[in-house]
Amino acid sequence: MSGLGRRTLLANGALLAKGALVVAFALSRGAAAQDADSPALPGDLAKSPLLDSWIGVDGDGRITVFTGKAELGQGLKTALIQIAAHELAVAPSAVDIVTADTARTPDEGVTAGSHSMQDSGTAILNAAANVRVLLAEAAAWRYAIAVDQIEMRDGAAHAPDGRTVGYGELVSGLSLHVTAKPNVPRREGGSKVIGENLARVDIPAKVSGGEAYLQDMHLPGMLHARVVRGPSDGTRLKQADIEAVGKMPGVVQVVRHGRFTAIVADDEWRAVKALHRLQAVGWERIGEPLPAKGMREAIRALPARDVPIFDYPGPPAPAEAHTLRARYSRPCLMHGSIGPSCAVALWEDDSVTVWTHSQGVYPLRKALAELLGLPLERVRCVHVEGAGCYGHNGADDVAADAALAARAVPGQPVRLQWMREQEHGWEPLGSAMTVELSASLGADGRIVGWQHDLWSNTHNTRPTTAGGLLAGTEVDPPFVPPKPRPIPMPEGGAARNANPIYALPNARGTLHFVEPMPVRVSALRGLGAQMNVFAIESFMDELAEAAGADPVAFRLAHLLDERARDVVKMAADQFGWQARGRGTGFAFARYKNLASHCAVAMEVRVDLDTGMIHVPRVVAAVDSGEAVSPDGIRNQIEGGIVQSLSWTTREAVAFDATHRTSFDWSAYPILRFPAAPGRIEVHVIDRPKQPFLGAGEAAQGPAAAALANAVAHALGIRLRDMPLSPERIRAALRPAPAAPRQAAG
Amino acid sequence: MIALSVNGQTHQVDVDPDTPLLYVLRNELALNAAKFGCGLGQCGACTVLLDGKPVFSCLVPVAALGNRKVRTLEGLASPDGKPGLLSVAFETEQAAQCGYCIAGMIVRAQALLERNNRPTEDEVRAHLAPNLCRCGTHMRILRAVRRAAEMMGGGVRDVAEQKP
Repeated sequence: MSGLGRRTLLANGALLAKGALVVAFALSRGAAAQDADSPALPGDLAKSPLLDSWIGVDGDGRITVFTGKAELGQGLKTALIQIAAHELAVAPSAVDIVTADTARTPDEGVTAGSHSMQDSGTAILNAAANVRVLLAEAAAWRYAIAVDQIEMRDGAAHAPDGRTVGYGELVSGLSLHVTAKPNVPRREGGSKVIGENLARVDIPAKVSGGEAYLQDMHLPGMLHARVVRGPSDGTRLKQADIEAVGKMPGVVQVVRHGRFTAIVADDEWRAVKALHRLQAVGWERIGEPLPAKGMREAIRALPARDVPIFDYPGPPAPAEAHTLRARYSRPCLMHGSIGPSCAVALWEDDSVTVWTHSQGVYPLRKALAELLGLPLERVRCVHVEGAGCYGHNGADDVAADAALAARAVPGQPVRLQWMREQEHGWEPLGSAMTVELSASLGADGRIVGWQHDLWSNTHNTRPTTAGGLLAGTEVDPPFVPPKPRPIPMPEGGAARNANPIYALPNARGTLHFVEPMPVRVSALRGLGAQMNVFAIESFMDELAEAAGADPVAFRLAHLLDERARDVVKMAADQFGWQARGRGTGFAFARYKNLASHCAVAMEVRVDLDTGMIHVPRVVAAVDSGEAVSPDGIRNQIEGGIVQSLSWTTREAVAFDATHRTSFDWSAYPILRFPAAPGRIEVHVIDRPKQPFLGAGEAAQGPAAAALANAVAHALGIRLRDMPLSPERIRAALRPAPAAPRQAAG
Repeated sequence: MIALSVNGQTHQVDVDPDTPLLYVLRNELALNAAKFGCGLGQCGACTVLLDGKPVFSCLVPVAALGNRKVRTLEGLASPDGKPGLLSVAFETEQAAQCGYCIAGMIVRAQALLERNNRPTEDEVRAHLAPNLCRCGTHMRILRAVRRAAEMMGGGVRDVAEQKP
């Protein structure tokens, strides 16, 4: 607890003398500026340092937390409530939360990259600690006792003599419109909320049919709209009889602007029927035909810009070293949200409000303002939860579609949802990738040289300008899509996790960044990490085999970081690695080499006739720093494992020369219940007081590589190209006259 | 006007006869649980019970219902609004991530457990196969169904070991 006295308090400007308003903001700014040595504020508090940007306390003592991050089904709301409740010493039920809203919350960019707990969780932790200290100081002043005599508990400040005052009363004399101080100590002792498995606040409505999603919004007088497009990215519809469609029952308006077309109707099904009629005229490709080969081969062959991604020093490998080389690849993958993207927009008084499930309400606002020719302050984007997105899917595009439709019917809210075929056809894909690895083993069985070469398109075309939105490229005149750029290391985009976490001498990596994009791509959960970890961790097994070493022991021999070693050992021990049977595989990565550590051990059985993989058991260990909600972390890791198994065993977006042909779930099958693992255990290693690391994407890479390693262990055959589909497995088992695979990915 | 029976109540709706049941439930009757996922009968997000059998409400034109009775997730709650057994089990197991698929999962599981509250693990998986989950919540969903079966006095028999 801070020992700040009354004088400091007044100088800080945080305290309002009864009846006298102190302009806290200016004073605190001045105070902060004087203290040039003060450390930077943690997390996104550095970008939005005012306490009331994050925490509100009302007259009844209810707390409101404001976050610029969004609930995506990852349990963020609950974890942030836990953090605030813990630091403020209140019950979680006394805390409300407001998420990403350009009119109400801080600008925290996009909810992506497993950054929410690091950026927003850390900010809220420190803002709440600041507020707790201010409240305690106010109580100390009121009772004329030292602040360390005050105990904060259950939403009230308690003096040793039994006097008690609630936060609601205390806050009436305080301004929270002050700059946060760095290094305010965390609350010690008392009841614990961080680290508890609090039931998620969003689940009751989701399991009982409550209004839980943007898709469920019903505003008075709401119209329904559908956007009209060709079957996929790179196509357009032929000219249709718009006038006839405009006369169909229920059609309020066919909105047109350049190539952009949307139908607004009084009824959702009638909008769908009008859409079907417009689609019936047929479509054509815009621009170049798609490459005849699969997308990964096409990207490998396109001109590339070489970007060095890491360079670990060390002597060159000796001439007698044993060198291994291997090439791994991944097709284009789909986010495949179960709920097609949706938005509700209301245009009123030359302003627009868009309810959106975009991961970035602030960047979206900027792009929409440009598209609509409005000043920023006339565009408000409010996040409302949609179906899981796993990255940049159609959420931003549909927000633009809805805004353009709403502009045509001012005063009336418009709900626009994509059809399934539109989501499959138009969502930006996860890029196809190829990785070539070579490494040398010394006489002692240790790695003495390493080279990583990676070919990929960008992994981020998230919109920040109108040209980043589909509709922006369709209006007249069209906006130009921004030029793709690689995301620099250490986070990296395509190169994410290409830098091995192992202590390797003489190691180098190059990203061959392919600028031309044959198909629309953007951020998919983990970006390049899934592919890079798949390649590195498959290769580590190949090297271990060449060195005659156990795969786990071989990893540990090259792994120095203690927390990484603990995670590897935990997963191996809990799995029973020492006594492992046939068909077992192991993989490990630390996401971005700076977020969560995750190790996965997996057991597979492969049906030799069908080539189908069955996964009876998965054991994972994870270290996400301080575990706010261990069960929330387990849920993310379990989900990451199952999703990654689906990607790795059966998914590949298919194309012909004219368009994306994976137009629905029949053409792009994903994992269903019978193929789900027999069981998954996740062991969370808690690191109290260590920074939050975020667990959302940690499992994608390790799960993919553990599968490939287990399959190699089961069959004695190494499969290096995703997906490890039954066709590929059968072809590997019976290499005889295999028919050439159709271009997939 | 078209008449339909939903969760024990008869409703008259003024919609085009070819309107899929899903759109009627969501937009005319304000029943949010069944979700639009694909409109193609491929994902199960729209699952409702029709005379006790799970169907894709996105594929059933409202005029084709006749006298068949529709039950949705909302209708599995008790008359005083207490959530149904499966909803309770799903909440207890924290069996949701984004949760968009969950209403369909619960309704489909209800159809199974009403018929047989002692299914095998493989039967549960096969029964739920028409419903997609993209977050990878499968293990928790299976646990929730197992818990619900136990709450009903049954259970899920684990025969995974007998597989070849």
